[in-house]
Amino acid sequence: MKTTKGPESAVTASPVPRRLVPPPQPRPSKNRGKARKRITIILFLLPGVILFSLLVLAPILLAMYSSVFKWNGFGLLPTNFVGLDNFTRLLDNEIFLGDLRRGALLIVLSLVVQLPLALAIALLLNQKMRLRALYRLLFFAPYVLSEVIAAVLFSMLLSPERGLANEVLGFLGLGSSSFLSEPETVMFSLFIVITWKYFGFYVILYLAGRQSIPKELTEAAQIDGCGPWHVFRYVTLPLLGPTIRITIFLSVIGTIQLFDLVYVLTGGGPVHASETLGVTMYDIGFNRFQVGYASAISVVMFLLSLVFAIGYQRFVLKRDLDGATTTMGGGRR
Amino acid sequence: MSVHARERRSTPARIVRPIALHTIVIVIGVFIMVPIVYGILGGFKDNPQLANNPIGLPAPWVPENYTNVLASSDFWRQVFNSSLIALSTALVTVAVSALAAFVFARFAFRGRELLFTIFAAGLMFPFAVAILPLFIILRFFGLLNNPLGVILPQAAFGLALTIIILRSFFRSIPHEVEEAAILDGCSPFGFFWRILLPMARPALATVSVLAVVNSWNNFFLPLVVFNDKVWWTLPVGVQQFSGQYSADTAKILAYVVLAMIPALAFYAVAERQLIGGLTAGATKG
Repeated sequence: MKTTKGPESAVTASPVPRRLVPPPQPRPSKNRGKARKRITIILFLLPGVILFSLLVLAPILLAMYSSVFKWNGFGLLPTNFVGLDNFTRLLDNEIFLGDLRRGALLIVLSLVVQLPLALAIALLLNQKMRLRALYRLLFFAPYVLSEVIAAVLFSMLLSPERGLANEVLGFLGLGSSSFLSEPETVMFSLFIVITWKYFGFYVILYLAGRQSIPKELTEAAQIDGCGPWHVFRYVTLPLLGPTIRITIFLSVIGTIQLFDLVYVLTGGGPVHASETLGVTMYDIGFNRFQVGYASAISVVMFLLSLVFAIGYQRFVLKRDLDGATTTMGGGRR
Repeated sequence: MSVHARERRSTPARIVRPIALHTIVIVIGVFIMVPIVYGILGGFKDNPQLANNPIGLPAPWVPENYTNVLASSDFWRQVFNSSLIALSTALVTVAVSALAAFVFARFAFRGRELLFTIFAAGLMFPFAVAILPLFIILRFFGLLNNPLGVILPQAAFGLALTIIILRSFFRSIPHEVEEAAILDGCSPFGFFWRILLPMARPALATVSVLAVVNSWNNFFLPLVVFNDKVWWTLPVGVQQFSGQYSADTAKILAYVVLAMIPALAFYAVAERQLIGGLTAGATKG
């Protein structure tokens, strides 16, 4: 029986060099062994392949297929072919175009505010300080709560009449805001909730990345006369590169598919001012039964994720596979 | 020169820096804590108190909001549903992935890398993209209002990450172990079942924890699959409850607080597996 040999750690989903063991010792029943091996492979893979094809691949293919039909969703397959009509309709749909703009805004805010903040906190927490474990536990807690819980909590907190946030603003003499019910402020409120929910996750990733940088490197830089800023700029930051690129990736992909939080917090309102692709798709598909049209939005989401993922992996993440020292966490689980 | 400058600077810096450090960390800690504490305390107030005294401690403490939720069968039904669905999802995900990961890790055959890449690409297929056609497929199979209609898709979408993590763990088990097992007369399945799986216990714990947490927090799929409130999970229950009693803030806060206890308790117990799994997932995905 041929097997691949460890220890070997897959850093990305890209093909890993095969290291095959020399051919197996000759056995009396070589053919039977071969047949048995094939049967084992098929039997072991079968459940996964079935599950994956029926419930991951098939839906995505069905979304692509139905996006070129006009369809109210009855039956299994649509029949009224309309070509690219659904997509051209999308290009005239102000809500959809707004979704794209709002998604872009959230991505920019995440990259400029949330991730740098998480990085700073992770570097702070990397130093020896009292209660460090407690802080880490605390910062990460919102991540394990469902987005629904975060959304309901904040909708109470930010409510214009009874909410805590306005009390605090009033106490500080800053007047009041209607956070979620004004088109001008709703996106920033949404961003605050996203940050509350997710920045602990990025802190954890950065911490793991920071801790995999050998101490000798930063110490050597200090001995060579580097101040803290230079150590950060020329040692820590470059070595954190792979982690940073992955968090950017996760943040963008997460924003493209954002649904739960927005649906519960604002329902996309007021007047679509906080709507995302997911919410628009849900509304058109499940409330108005225009399944073909909604599928076109799914396809756009899919293509955005795919193009971004492939482009990013090809042009940005690829560099991380070139040097051994920059593949973070390769040796760990 | 510069060394001296640094030394001179370092004395005040030694005092100022920890203070600044703690201040920043504490400010953010407060930002994280406030909504949770507000929820817990708010649940102990009645609505007039919430309006007049949103910041302070409840006076008097009103436990009825909590006791009413705890006495409602809907809440416990949702806890049960969420648990059943989360555990089943983890079981199916891990069982199916372990079999596949074993083959991907320790057999050589044509098309292996291609197949693995297709599975791994599942990481990039967001749930939201598939939800509408998934709904149609589940309806076709008669799985709406059926827990399997949530369990199976969640397991299918969990395969990618689980297979990636398990495969890399299975690969790290030395080849000599397998040779010894086979010399002792183990079949491939025997090796998998009696040797590999017990050795992989930490990795199995990690991926199970991830599957449980993802399932526990899933909202979109149960929202569209379960029309019948008998099967609502906690997130759907919380959302519906907050819509139903939108005027009764205190009641909603109590419901939300009780709904987050299981997740936080689970996090407290399984912190290591969860964080290990997430960092592994992110770096390998």
